[in-house]
Amino acid sequence: MNIAVIIYTLGRVIALEAAFMALPGIVALIYRENVWWAYFLVALLGMLLGLLVSIKKPKNMQFFAKEGFATVGLSWFLMSLVGALPLFISREIPNYIDAVFEMSSGFTTTGATILTSVEDMSHAANFWRCFSHWIGGMGIIVFLLAVLPMAGSVNMHLLRAESPGPVVGKLVPKMKDSSQILYLIYFALTLIQFVSLWIMGMNPYEAICTAVATAGTGGFGIYNDSIASFSTPIKWNVTIFMILFGINFNVYFLLLARKFKAIFKIEEVRAYLGMILLSVIIITLSIFRTYAKFGDALTDAAFQVGSIITTTGFATCDFNEWPSLPKTILIILMLTGACAGSTGGGLKFSRILIGMKAVKQEVNSFIHPRSIKAVEMDDRALDKNVVKSVCVYFVLFALIYFGSVFIVSIDKYDMVTNFTSVLATMNNIGPGLNAVGPSGNFAGFNYLSKIVFIFDMLAGRLELYPILLLFAPPMWKKH
Amino acid sequence: MKIIIVGCGKIGLSIVKQLIIEKKHDITVIDKNQDVINDITNNFDVMGLVGNGASYSVQREAQVEKTDLLIAVTGSDEINLLCCLFARKAGNCNTIARVRDPLYSKEIQYIKDELGLSMIINPEYAAAVEISRLLRFPSADKIDTFAKGRVELLNIVITEDSPFADKTLIEVSKRVLSDILICTVERGEDIFIPNGPFILRAGDKITIVASAVNSREFFTKIGFDTHQVKDTMIVGGGRMTYYLAEILLKMGIRVKVVDSDRERCESLSEMLPKATIINGDATNQEVLIEEGIEGCDSFVSLTGIDETNIFLSLFAKTKTQGKVVTKIDRISFDDIISTFNLGSLIYPDKIAADYIVSYVRAMQNTIGSNVETMIKLNSGRVEALEFKITSNSPIIGRPLMELNLKRDILIGCINRKGTIIIPKGQSVVEAGDTVIVVTTRSGLSDIKDILE
Repeated sequence: MNIAVIIYTLGRVIALEAAFMALPGIVALIYRENVWWAYFLVALLGMLLGLLVSIKKPKNMQFFAKEGFATVGLSWFLMSLVGALPLFISREIPNYIDAVFEMSSGFTTTGATILTSVEDMSHAANFWRCFSHWIGGMGIIVFLLAVLPMAGSVNMHLLRAESPGPVVGKLVPKMKDSSQILYLIYFALTLIQFVSLWIMGMNPYEAICTAVATAGTGGFGIYNDSIASFSTPIKWNVTIFMILFGINFNVYFLLLARKFKAIFKIEEVRAYLGMILLSVIIITLSIFRTYAKFGDALTDAAFQVGSIITTTGFATCDFNEWPSLPKTILIILMLTGACAGSTGGGLKFSRILIGMKAVKQEVNSFIHPRSIKAVEMDDRALDKNVVKSVCVYFVLFALIYFGSVFIVSIDKYDMVTNFTSVLATMNNIGPGLNAVGPSGNFAGFNYLSKIVFIFDMLAGRLELYPILLLFAPPMWKKH
Repeated sequence: MKIIIVGCGKIGLSIVKQLIIEKKHDITVIDKNQDVINDITNNFDVMGLVGNGASYSVQREAQVEKTDLLIAVTGSDEINLLCCLFARKAGNCNTIARVRDPLYSKEIQYIKDELGLSMIINPEYAAAVEISRLLRFPSADKIDTFAKGRVELLNIVITEDSPFADKTLIEVSKRVLSDILICTVERGEDIFIPNGPFILRAGDKITIVASAVNSREFFTKIGFDTHQVKDTMIVGGGRMTYYLAEILLKMGIRVKVVDSDRERCESLSEMLPKATIINGDATNQEVLIEEGIEGCDSFVSLTGIDETNIFLSLFAKTKTQGKVVTKIDRISFDDIISTFNLGSLIYPDKIAADYIVSYVRAMQNTIGSNVETMIKLNSGRVEALEFKITSNSPIIGRPLMELNLKRDILIGCINRKGTIIIPKGQSVVEAGDTVIVVTTRSGLSDIKDILE
């Protein structure tokens, strides 16, 4: 393990995060809040530390897959730890573990909160929470590669470890260009949403917080009732943008490249949109009787489906009150998550598709024992290793999931709460059901549970391996 | 520049490695083998594509229509040609193909013209040319040429009894009075771009730059043999042997080829009627001694197995004072191999990659950068670059000693309309010249990059 390179890269990540931290400081100054010093202090210290560590390029730049995983895993841990400092030292969140929970929830775009009333927080704190979604949505390493690319193999190993999805590729031959295109798309979509929300009647502060939280598919709200008190057009705006950010970003690249035919070939996106449509129809039909107007039922159903499937976690109503069919559908959507290569979390639609195809192939092999058939996706045969790694991913996911539920069940909550709270954190959704439902929060859990949740959120965002490998002793052997 | 490379074998990989350093190119690689693609995309900043490069749909996926250059270096000549043909039609881009079958080699020019190829590379032939150059001038370890062969860069080793040992460069130049310049000195792990007071030691590997005429004169003056070898023994009867034997026979060098395969010997004897073909196992010492390894002027090991080549050359070194050349195909332990006494080393794939990369550079010139040719010395740690000087260049019209050059940079040679000038402090570069810059820095792309 080449620790020098890892530290060097971590230094850059911290410096970058510190630079971003100046933004909430500016927000505090604008609103004349007395917490501005916390952000600038941590930003300054972070910059100094980061630059100090990364000022000298290590001699040995050997960088293999394990260094990539370790760097990404540690980066995200460190980001949460540093990101929590301003909230902690300004005493807005007096407990450091709570602050770390809040910031991991932010960076991993989960949106689960330990705050009982977000409206009591300063504008700066709320902005920093929402903005952390934006940083975490596309990934800070991808951003790093867009501005400060490193030597050849370093780039690819880092990207591979941070990017979601079973197969990680580049859009264009050069890593730097690829990262820049991704961030450009990301930034442009965020900007469009910000402007449209502003026009639809939000004030600029509300609009920017909502836009960045939607873009990262995060879900931190700035009001206790999330998006519920805003007008119907705004709800639809957020619904549509959530769904857009849950789509594989390759689609936008293909749009820009004017390859419209290729877009329709992507099975994952078809399945994702199909699933949304189907879920909205079923849920609307099963809840519309409880609403005065059919349109309101449709709005709520669409919003909740969009929010859960993209793992955003905004809410416009308390779906805890819904009958069990729509709740079950939501739990299924919590599992599937959004598309690979989007800002959304979850298992990812491409994995589900590959898994189902592998099942079909296996069933088929019982009927025709000698048949040979490759698993296909988007009209091309998948590498056997990809199929295998997807299956292993499911198993690993289940192991960590049940392990976490086991530890959390030591706490005082009921089964549904325990199961959905772990699902909501691991798949970076935010709200679950019962005590952690849209109107609830994670404040009541004990610290052991909160630490498990922090682990789950980071593991879920980075797709398990980078975080898991940090705890494997052979990783840290020198040779 | 946008470049597609079809086939990621040894040559493809060498090309990627060299081009990626320049950071200016968008490279897409195509190979049929998923594992090869995984490996290369993990280690280099390139786009990988699994498929048959000769298929139109694969080429279109690689965006051939936006590509400037397609390099086809798969194992099959026919696929390479087909790739280039399609790319030419679909993308209207420049194309380079590897074609190595001797059957086609006679028709190279015709194929090139008819298919509209920019360049055809035959690694075995290129390596054979390189070996023949060494045999023509056996005192040098390695010879590179610039300015269409008018300028040579020669590697020699300073031996214990060399008149240069423990002398400063100023003393050396007083002694030889030739127009030559010592541009790099490799001593153990270190590489120096030496200045006047630098003292040479025994065991140093030095690179000198000289015009082709002067280099002969220089070697005579310091008491080195400058005659080409009289005869040579080649072990291994593959394609490269055929090309090499043909070139050597034309130069009037007697050629003896040893190969253990009877049929191959027979076909060689048909193709090379003037050569002596021996059917025997060269790994058997007796065979080599019987065929006169002790008396031969030069020995070239060209079997298909690197380990065999190394052992044969080590053995030859113990038996003959002549020139020994060793071909290495695959083994990558450069540091260790260079510690062996193997004579001159030839890496066919690197030679082919160098040819292609220098073509890429020349193409780049028309777009922006103005490196004419570039050669890597001392296992890639030193670069010698040839620049074309335009009339607005900041280095013209002033004596070189007044220029504020960066460290580790040396102007090795000025080519003024074919006249080779080895520069002194008072020399002045004029517009229209080409200059050769030797440096341990990498990534120079313009002549103004050499100034502080």
